[in-house]
This record gives sequence, structure tokens and C-alpha cells, in this order.
Amino acid sequence: MSGWTAGDALPEQTYTVTRADLVRYAGASGDLNPIHWSDRVATSVGLPGVIAHGMFTLALAARALDTWAGATGRVLELGCKFTKPVVVPDDDTGAEVTVRGTVKQVTDDGVHVALEVTCGDEKVLGAPRAVLRA
Amino acid sequence: MAVDASLSGRTFPPTPPYVVSRERIVEFAAATGSTYDGGAAPATFPIVVAFAAMTGLMEDPSVGISLHRVVHGEQRFTYTRPVVAGDELSATLTVDSLRQIGGADIIGTRSEIVDGDGRPVCTAFATLVHRGEDR
Repeated sequence: MSGWTAGDALPEQTYTVTRADLVRYAGASGDLNPIHWSDRVATSVGLPGVIAHGMFTLALAARALDTWAGATGRVLELGCKFTKPVVVPDDDTGAEVTVRGTVKQVTDDGVHVALEVTCGDEKVLGAPRAVLRA
Repeated sequence: MAVDASLSGRTFPPTPPYVVSRERIVEFAAATGSTYDGGAAPATFPIVVAFAAMTGLMEDPSVGISLHRVVHGEQRFTYTRPVVAGDELSATLTVDSLRQIGGADIIGTRSEIVDGDGRPVCTAFATLVHRGEDR
């Protein structure tokens, strides 16, 4: 995409996250923490159940950025706080994560995008933001 | 046990070179539903190397971190260039800051990720929250 303008609302992206996705991500990333695949361990540390890796959720935000940019490799900066867990039920439906973005400003550094990443009604990432190469 | 205050400013040894194969990128992209067109790896791919550096910190017995008390609080990447297949990446982690809040250690880390020629690829900033024993 070219012609980014401050104030642009980028098309909302919705992704489904299942237990199978988490297992796959655990293998691909090397993060084998059992809270991302074992209900027994997750509930023993006070979680409602198995939760997605925070980095998996951030990867979904990066996926939305690639979609909006129309190309890979455009991300110059990406970051967030991990504020709320994405609880992924052990069923075929999984959880739904929605990524929204707004262009905040376009400078010589690139296109500054404020993100909003939600699951249900809750924001799961804190202050997620990115800078893209224009 | 709180983490020792001398941790702040400490730099850990570089992680062993991680050879980025095409297959590893395909696997990572598939796991996150991302596109891989043979060029840039997904933006969060460098977490694989940053994670190794953070594990080095957390498993160092002189640091005093209990692994099961650590929560990933915050993550940020700045990129000099995207990761591509054939890269040999290594991460060097420095503890930038250490604060105690409500019985938890808030550990600010910075991992400089370089390629096989030592040229910068990306910097990964992570905040690790090490919860105290009483909670």
C-alpha cells in the first residue's frame, strides 16, 4: 500500500486461534512453556486455562501489518505490553483475535501505526504500535 | 528472593549462532498464518534468538531468577533490516534497568541481534516481571 495518510483506519483483521495453533507455535518458536498447552499447569498458576503466547498474539499483529502494507519486510518497529491473556478453549472453535490499526502520522521515519488488538471485548495487548517503511 | 541490584548494566555472553534456514521461516510463518514469499521472515521471528538470550539470563544461577515466576511484560523490536534465510544470528543481552515494584523485580533487557558478519539486524527490548515469593 502507498499513500498512507494520518487518520486512516486500516481494515480490521480477524484471526482464529486454536489449541493446535499454539502447539505449532510452541514448536516453531521454541517457547515450550506448558501454560500454552496444558490446562493442568495453566490452572495451577491461577490462569483460567491454556493461554496463547503473548508473542503469538504480537505475531498476529505483525501479520495484519504485512497485509496492510501489501508486502513483507516493511516493519521498522513493533512493540506492545502483554496486558491480558488470550484464553484458548480446547474445542474446534478456538478464540478470535481482532487487529485494528490507525495511521497516527507519516514522517521521514516511516508510517506510525497505533494498533488495537482485542479478544472478545478486551484489549489483550497494551499500547501496541508499529512503524512501517512507507 | 529479589534479584541482585548489581544485575543492572550487566551484559551476557552472545548466544551461539542460530542459522536461519528457509524451513525454519516457513515453519514460523505457517504457525502464525503469515506470508513467506522467500524474502523477509515474519517481523517477530527474531524472538527465537532473543528468547535464547533471555533464557541465558534466566538460567544463570548467579542472577537468582526462578523461571516459573517470570512473566513477559513487554516486548519491542527495532529493525535495521528484516531477517532472511541464510542469516546466522546471535543475540547479546544487556540488562538496561532493574526496578522493584510491589515485591516484583521489573527487569528491562535489550538484546542486540547481529548477523554472521557482526552487522546489526534488530534490537529486541523485553521487560521481564519476576514476581516475589509472597504473592
